[in-house]
Amino acid sequence: MIVFDNVAKRYPGGYTALAGVSFEIRHGELVVLSGHSGAGKSTLLKLIPAIERPTAGTVLINGQDVSRLPRRAVPYLRRNLGLMLQESKLLTDRSVFENVMLPLVITGHPPGDAAKRVAAALERVGLGGRGREMPLGLSGGEQQRVAIARAIVNRPSILIADEPTAHLDPAYADEIAALFKSFNSAGVTVLVSTHDANLFAANKPRRLVLAKGLLTEGA
Amino acid sequence: MSNWLYLHARAIADAFRRLAGQPLGTLLSAMVVGIALSLPAGGYLLLDNVATLARGVSGTPEISLFLANDAGAADVAAVERRLKGNPELSSFRFVSRDDALHQLERSGLGDVLGGLTANPLPDAFIVAPHSEDPAVFERLATEMRGWPKVAHVQLDSAWVKRLHALLGLGRSAVLMLAGLLGFALVIVTFNTIRLQILTQRAEIEVSRLLGATDPFIRRPFYWFGILQGALGGLVALGTVWLGVRALAGPVTALAETYGAVFALAGPGLPEAAAILAFAALLGWLGAAVSVRRHLAGD
Ligand SMILES: Nc1ncnc2c1ncn2[C@@H]1O[C@H](COP(=O)(O)OP(=O)(O)OP(=O)(O)O)[C@@H](O)[C@H]1O
Ligand SMILES: [Mg+2]
Repeated sequence: MIVFDNVAKRYPGGYTALAGVSFEIRHGELVVLSGHSGAGKSTLLKLIPAIERPTAGTVLINGQDVSRLPRRAVPYLRRNLGLMLQESKLLTDRSVFENVMLPLVITGHPPGDAAKRVAAALERVGLGGRGREMPLGLSGGEQQRVAIARAIVNRPSILIADEPTAHLDPAYADEIAALFKSFNSAGVTVLVSTHDANLFAANKPRRLVLAKGLLTEGA
Repeated sequence: MSNWLYLHARAIADAFRRLAGQPLGTLLSAMVVGIALSLPAGGYLLLDNVATLARGVSGTPEISLFLANDAGAADVAAVERRLKGNPELSSFRFVSRDDALHQLERSGLGDVLGGLTANPLPDAFIVAPHSEDPAVFERLATEMRGWPKVAHVQLDSAWVKRLHALLGLGRSAVLMLAGLLGFALVIVTFNTIRLQILTQRAEIEVSRLLGATDPFIRRPFYWFGILQGALGGLVALGTVWLGVRALAGPVTALAETYGAVFALAGPGLPEAAAILAFAALLGWLGAAVSVRRHLAGD
């Protein structure tokens, strides 16, 4: 469950990125967030893992008020989320396997079991057996799939992705979209932002549309 | 608990990887730390050797207890009982007036004494305390002066005082040196860790996003500091060891010209462990300050 209740975000410079945004996403929904550049999509998504904090209103994730979460508790919130944000870069000095392993290392997962999970996650995104390669040796689409594998390796109940297909050819973009759809079919709540109106069109997802920080559709 | 151990093992492995990833930087830092530390370590060792040498040349410091001329066997026994009962004494021996006279005669002064009808020498005890602290000597002497039939107490402590003053001075100098260089090493580590944090910005940010706690992020840097310090400690030990080896021959030869038997002692296991621990502690301290300064909650 993701609940935004009258959420506003004003950045330190004084710019209001979000103004009075309210909506609810139930378990297992597939939601596409769209809007023009600068509409506030990234800002909205960053409020969920408490990368940014709202200046007004409340954000609830599975009943927990993350807008007022103490700093110490934030890591534990993030461990239960699958995140693919602009900040979620791959580490170029680590292999694909090590990149996907990172969330499990952070949670102190037993290494043997962790290795199996990493292999399964890579298999899931169609990169089985490519673990030893380095991220910079992969295509853009493959890199995004590594990032997806890293986001789901902890088996999160919520997956959040900020323009995961931004720099990809349409064919690659559809592959990525199909992956998100399949996670959603397996019961994961998926919230994806995109510029591309055609993406997910076949899946008839619920759409949230932002314009200049206001929710104009989908609430 | 096992999770805690696992996380530390990961952090140590991580720190090793980062050290090995830049061998030249690691080597240079270890040399700086090691050479700086070898100065106070060598100084400490030198003082230790001087103390041993002084003890060897001058013998164990003692207190001489001369009894009154009219002291009888019962009085001697009473003083002996008191000496036996004192836990601060490591040993004592009795020199009877007759023994003393014989010694004097043997030393060639017999002719001088020949004219005397009675033995003018008193019975005496030669006492060695455990401690070499001049204050303890003074206190014991004062106490013994108050005992019955003790006529005179002679403190053999002038040289002990001088030696202690000198060694004390030397220790202060070594301590000051260790303090100053230690501070410099903390600064060196502080800076190394600062650079480490800068080059690992991306990894730190991604880890935070994936739910890493502050301790998780900081741990590898602490271990990096500890390992770098310990490596420096090893270099310091090596330097000192080489120094001892180079000086051992000449020092023994020098001692022989004075008729003394003396071998320069290198750092023992406890000293080596102490140097390593001190170096590791400094590394940890530099890392801790740097992490606090450069990784404060963002
Ligand atoms: N850290 C920040 N400090 C100040 N202003 C910011 C910050 N981040 C975003 N903004 C501003 O907030 C507004 C919304 O930004 P946001 O990144 O949420 O938009 P977006 O919908 O994701 O745009 P895009 O499609 O280009 O990614 C923009 O005008 C942007 O300049
Ligand atoms: Mg954006």
